Amino acid sequence: MSKMMATREGYGKALVELGKENEKVVVLDADLSKSTKTAGFGETYPDRFFNVGVAEQNLIGLAAGLSTTGKIPFASSFAMFASGRAFEIIRNSIGYPRLNVKICATHSGITVGEDGASHQALEDIACMRTIPNMTVIVPSDGVEAMTAVKKIAEFDGPVYLRLGRSGVPVINDHENYDFEIGKGITLKEGGDLTIIAAGLMVHEALKAAEKLEEKGVEARVLNLHTIKPIDRDIIIKAAEETGAVITAEEHNIIGGLGSAVAEVLSENMPVPLKRIGVEDTFGESGKPAELLEKYGLTDEKIFKTAIEILAR
Amino acid sequence: MKIMNQEMLQQKATTLRRDIVEMLYKAGSGHPGGSLSAVEIVSALYFQEMNVDVKNPEWRDRDRFVLSKGHAAPVLYAALAEKGFFPKSQLWELRKIGSILQGHPEMKNISGVDMSTGSLGQGFSTAVGMALGLRTDNSGSRVFALLGDGELQEGIVWEAAMAAPHYKLDNLTAFVDYNGLQIDGPNEEVMGVHPVTDKFKAFGWNVLTVDGHDFKGILEALAIAKTTKDKPTMIVARTVKGKGVSFMEDQAGWHGKAPNKEERDQAMTELGGLDHE
Repeated sequence: MSKMMATREGYGKALVELGKENEKVVVLDADLSKSTKTAGFGETYPDRFFNVGVAEQNLIGLAAGLSTTGKIPFASSFAMFASGRAFEIIRNSIGYPRLNVKICATHSGITVGEDGASHQALEDIACMRTIPNMTVIVPSDGVEAMTAVKKIAEFDGPVYLRLGRSGVPVINDHENYDFEIGKGITLKEGGDLTIIAAGLMVHEALKAAEKLEEKGVEARVLNLHTIKPIDRDIIIKAAEETGAVITAEEHNIIGGLGSAVAEVLSENMPVPLKRIGVEDTFGESGKPAELLEKYGLTDEKIFKTAIEILAR
Repeated sequence: MKIMNQEMLQQKATTLRRDIVEMLYKAGSGHPGGSLSAVEIVSALYFQEMNVDVKNPEWRDRDRFVLSKGHAAPVLYAALAEKGFFPKSQLWELRKIGSILQGHPEMKNISGVDMSTGSLGQGFSTAVGMALGLRTDNSGSRVFALLGDGELQEGIVWEAAMAAPHYKLDNLTAFVDYNGLQIDGPNEEVMGVHPVTDKFKAFGWNVLTVDGHDFKGILEALAIAKTTKDKPTMIVARTVKGKGVSFMEDQAGWHGKAPNKEERDQAMTELGGLDHE
């Protein structure tokens, strides 16, 4: 079994490193610093850490104000509250003036687990990607999350970084792992169909591709860590070369990665497309693995969908 | 810094009022009531209190102003133009397509605007963030914010009100333009905000009350704010909505309505004469 690490763990570690390298970095949290993993930064750099209490609107407002004084604020809360409750403040006070604020939201998706539907953000990608000037990044594992922290600190502009609570297998396990914002990664070549995934579904996509290979199907697997700006070229090329596309994400199938890919394909390279994700429903309490199974976010679901799409 | 006497400030106030009326008349829409009520506060800040440089609007060590009640954009634009941040001719392009002067303040294209505002309550929160950032850098710069009384009904105002004293932000001074009226009528009928001073005191602010049309009182309050340590200051300024134009005064109906030609002419006559300029 591969090494497990939650993307929030990678975020917390990378923040402490970043704090040493860049004095402009300040971190804000809304009484969840132990869960979001910003507490490590807070202990190391108490003068640059601001816990605003249970007040997510003010979390974002303060971050916006701090950025106008030359700081690079990283503002963290759970995805539900960061992207949901504070949506309009992000839209008007960060997106509109294009301020250099990084909204790093943990506990996204259904793998929040036992806390249930009230805490499982399944619409945050949709909300965030409709805001002009916003960059949306969904790391596939803890390593990619660590790299993302460095990348977004160097990038000038608003970013929504979507992180998860539960441990996920490390798939980018090599030194100096790097990626470019807005450029998807081909993890596996293949000519029969393409699986485009983000977040923890990248690992499921890789497993599904292995199963497909046993059946003689060569699936291309893309890690689309940046949902916005979306890598149109890699999507169009894959559709053109493989003729069918499946998307896989831990998000409502409305408005997220699947929708973003559909927008690109329908206008440029219409090919058969199947979106895998939570099918416009709320989640529930349960263990992360149980929830992934119940809501169809598995390698098996991708595998079966691939067989179906190839048969039509 | 050049100290303006009150007579000079009065002249500035009249100029701003005339510009507000003219700009709204030319725009055909906008918010006269809450712009006119804030004229003395904004004049005291821009023509006396604040340390800004029109030649270097992004100057790091400048004082900042956040118009949290962003719909009063005309008073801010009039002050910025009078100060010299942009030519006065721009004012007559307010709210027109292609103009830099948006309906609500926009920081990226309008020289001298420190924060984009318009969605109520958010400006106040960002002002707290600015004060926090400047304090972290041991900067001597100060942050000023202006809120409306109706705006106090927004939840984020109280989140920010809680945070500023917590961080002991004595580099932050805010005003409430307390004219008592909002779009749908008197505050106390729509959703009571009284007692404003007690609320901010309870949240840990240094609270001062002034007549918001009296320069002497405003400047005295600003002097106290400047020397107050370890606490932000909230200056609750009693004002008259639509101040200076008789038929707009104390009328909720003039919250968001532009004057027509006749009304504009009458307003100008009251504000120093129809052919003043």
